[in-house]
Amino acid sequence: MNPELVGREFPPTPPYLVGREKVREFARAVFADAPQHTDVEAARAAGFADVVAPPTFAMVIQDQTLQQLLALDDSGIVLARTIHAEQRFTYSRPIVAGDELVGQLKVTGIRTMGGNALITSEAEITDVDGAHVVTATSVLLVGEGE
Amino acid sequence: MAYAIGDTIAERSVHLDRESLVRYAGASGDFNPIHYRDDVAASVGLPGVLAHGMLTMGIASSVVVAALEPGTRILDYGVRFTKPVVVDATDGADVHVLATVGAVDDESARIDLKVTFDETTVLVKAQLRVAV
Repeated sequence: MNPELVGREFPPTPPYLVGREKVREFARAVFADAPQHTDVEAARAAGFADVVAPPTFAMVIQDQTLQQLLALDDSGIVLARTIHAEQRFTYSRPIVAGDELVGQLKVTGIRTMGGNALITSEAEITDVDGAHVVTATSVLLVGEGE
Repeated sequence: MAYAIGDTIAERSVHLDRESLVRYAGASGDFNPIHYRDDVAASVGLPGVLAHGMLTMGIASSVVVAALEPGTRILDYGVRFTKPVVVDATDGADVHVLATVGAVDDESARIDLKVTFDETTVLVKAQLRVAV
């Protein structure tokens, strides 16, 4: 694990356009059967502009940012030895179909325990106007190498 | 909606099979083969093919959201992944979700999630906070 990753910021990901059918597909995959995830009229009646993504949908954008981290030559992170230890989302508003979202990753902490390392990163997800939508914080546990 | 500490918001058991895992892989973009290939899971020392942690986390919030008023604003949601959910090729796996109100203040209610598989807790500190 490279301790100099802490504080490193990555470039924003290309804008991700949230499609209505993608929201429906994701909702079905996580057994999200509340009508506002799939039915446009139900979503609008509840005050949303379009179908609402389930709360964990933000991981689709977060994952794009984590791929940037894993792609670094000097990260010291080996995917086969990496476990997802913790996950948190802090929302300013829900994601709805039609949103265009950008994610920007920052490594906020690395803690080592024996040969293992816990790496904490925050992906700040904003809309095309730059307004905050959700921050996705993940803790990855990277196991000891041989 | 009124929230009182100790109230049960929702309780549901969700049956997962291998198709559920493949469906989530496609929807989420997480194609790590430990979630659908027994040989790969065995080669890295796992007890079997595992459900994605993010699938379990997503199921738990789905159970809560379905029980709330549709316009409810979610403020934050966090979990720690402690034990894996092993999804048998034939029998699948049943994930049980129990959501209760853990704390309430002027602005928000904290909903605590007890998520178990095979009598074992698989998510800890699983908490979803909603605006009141």
